[in-house]
Amino acid sequence: MSEKKGWRELMRGSDLPPASSLEYKTGSWRTLRPIWDPNKCTHCMICVAYCPDMAIPVTKSEEGVKGFNGRVFKGTVRLETNFDYCKGCGICAQECPTHAIKMVREEEAEEASK
Amino acid sequence: MSTLKPLTGAQAAAEAMRQINPDVVAAYPITPQTPIVEQFAQFVANGIVDTKTIPVESEHSAMSATVGASAAGARAMCATSSQGLALMWEVVAAVPGLRLPIVMPIVDRALSAPINIHCDHSDVMGTATIGWIQIFSENAQEVYENMLLAVKIAEDKDVLLPAMVMQDGFIISHGVENVEVFDDDKVKAFVGERNPDRYLLDVDHPYTIGPLALPDYYFEIKRQQEEAMKNAKRVYIEAGKELSKITGKTYPYFESYKLDDAEAAIVVLSSTAGTAKDTVDKMRAEGKKVGLLKPKLFRPFPYKEVREALKNIPVIGVLDRSIAFGAYAPLYAEIRNALFELDKRPKLQSYIFGLGGKDIFKSQIEKAFDELLSGDVTPEEERYIGLRG
Amino acid sequence: MKEVYEVRMHARAGQGAKSGSQLLAEAAFKQGKWIQSFPEYGSERRGAPTVSYTRISDKQLRTHEPIVNPDVVLVFDLGIAKTVPVTKGLSEETGILIVNTNKSPEYIKKVTGFNGKVYTLDATGISLKLLGIDAPNVPMLGALIKVTDVVSLETLETVIKEHFLAKLGEEKVNKNIEGLKKAYEEVTK
Repeated sequence: MSEKKGWRELMRGSDLPPASSLEYKTGSWRTLRPIWDPNKCTHCMICVAYCPDMAIPVTKSEEGVKGFNGRVFKGTVRLETNFDYCKGCGICAQECPTHAIKMVREEEAEEASK
Repeated sequence: MSTLKPLTGAQAAAEAMRQINPDVVAAYPITPQTPIVEQFAQFVANGIVDTKTIPVESEHSAMSATVGASAAGARAMCATSSQGLALMWEVVAAVPGLRLPIVMPIVDRALSAPINIHCDHSDVMGTATIGWIQIFSENAQEVYENMLLAVKIAEDKDVLLPAMVMQDGFIISHGVENVEVFDDDKVKAFVGERNPDRYLLDVDHPYTIGPLALPDYYFEIKRQQEEAMKNAKRVYIEAGKELSKITGKTYPYFESYKLDDAEAAIVVLSSTAGTAKDTVDKMRAEGKKVGLLKPKLFRPFPYKEVREALKNIPVIGVLDRSIAFGAYAPLYAEIRNALFELDKRPKLQSYIFGLGGKDIFKSQIEKAFDELLSGDVTPEEERYIGLRG
Repeated sequence: MKEVYEVRMHARAGQGAKSGSQLLAEAAFKQGKWIQSFPEYGSERRGAPTVSYTRISDKQLRTHEPIVNPDVVLVFDLGIAKTVPVTKGLSEETGILIVNTNKSPEYIKKVTGFNGKVYTLDATGISLKLLGIDAPNVPMLGALIKVTDVVSLETLETVIKEHFLAKLGEEKVNKNIEGLKKAYEEVTK
């Protein structure tokens, strides 16, 4: 728990340093965790577009990554979910056309990842 | 050096704005404020100032555009009256918390209903608790000088609060009087350029303005705002001292007129104070010891100093040009508050006058003085001047 | 001259009394006086009765009450006298009433009941002849300064030129000056 500043120490008015929301890790709010199976993923970007917290990072891959049915997907591909900010809302799992994302109870996911 | 000009109060405000040379003015016309912006728009059209004027579709948009410009780093101004102030209230209330040093001349006009275009102070009194610095002007000359002071105080780094400069609708705004306008170079040096420590268009130093602040931060932010208001009281005097080097005049929190040995005093704001001074002179000539206190700085209110000035006056009448329905009238309440700390308090009387532009005459002020001198007061019951029974 | 000289003008909206009050004040300003010029605003509809005030003083003017006891009253339209007490507060000993009419001062005394000094001038007639409109303000000022010397004819001429040249052009300004001088000659006691 961080100490909150008193009125004398705060920036003037309600002003804040830029991008201060990055320090606020909303991932701690999660009760369900999206488990992504790269072997079922077509990298269609639907989960990326729907994620309300922009918690699914993407990258460019020239050599390609292995995905659905062992095919290789080149160009823009998704990476593992950023669990610092994923609130576990499950929209990605709901929208995934190939059912590559499954929602698992957070405690169970933690157990499994140990 | 200075130049004497025959100017209305509205023109005097515009003349100050010409010298202040704001970066942005966004205003919407409303009687009796219109001639301020009309005159200023001529300065813009003639290239005398390099201000960007923003035509807007309402007062709400006017203040919104002013806020945007001020946050971007501009010296931004607005102007309004009565219903216009009421319509922009939502945004007006947000400005002090955003700590934007917007200066806005207000031409006081009665609030609807019934609809009325004439002077009283009910428009501005409704905004007295939300954190704007408020300075009242007696005449066109004071309008001009108070505008310059307001910019200096608002933009001070220890203050950074918005300021309103009041003048009485029509009585001052549309009346021509002699106004001494001081030299451009001196006034421009006094007001300088706005030099914000941070502003949104400074892309190399980004920051966030106007975020949500819930119970964990809101209170702390408001406490900061109150500190800025306390600083404004000090900066008002400092800025006044600096301005007096140009004008040769003084800028106290209030004007004391023949108060020292007064047996009765009247406290009144704005144009009526001039009429009251003439009344004081007339009665003094007849051997009646009366005096006047005219508050100039209304927010922050100088309680301690007012108390010091009034402590030896046996009877005081406070004349308000507005009603606080169901409460003591706004100025009366302040004077009553200021005197509470005294062991031996003066007797007080509240008078309401001039609502909706009802004229006030010397003879009526004289009658009030006579009542006060006779000791005939009812401190908990207001009296009305010029009201048909 | 008195310490504070006070002039009240009764007119119909559109007859230029507000400008008239301001021109008079500015002329006095040019002669080094402290001035006030302020109209009484109602609902601004052309033809509605209006009141405009001018104060001229050697001392700083502080009062902001309407003029109660004018030294001079100018009436721009006799019809106003039927509904507005135009001579209210005007002293019969020292006060001066100047009316825009082609009737005689005696007639005016009869209809207004005012028995002080009365002057008349057909200001509308002058304006109609020179400008083709009912703008009696400048001729009324001509009559005022002839009767009272409150400001000089030359100063008023200068102020009218300054005020109207850009707005009206040289020809109309000259006609106004002509009207001013004509009124100065024609006002009758």
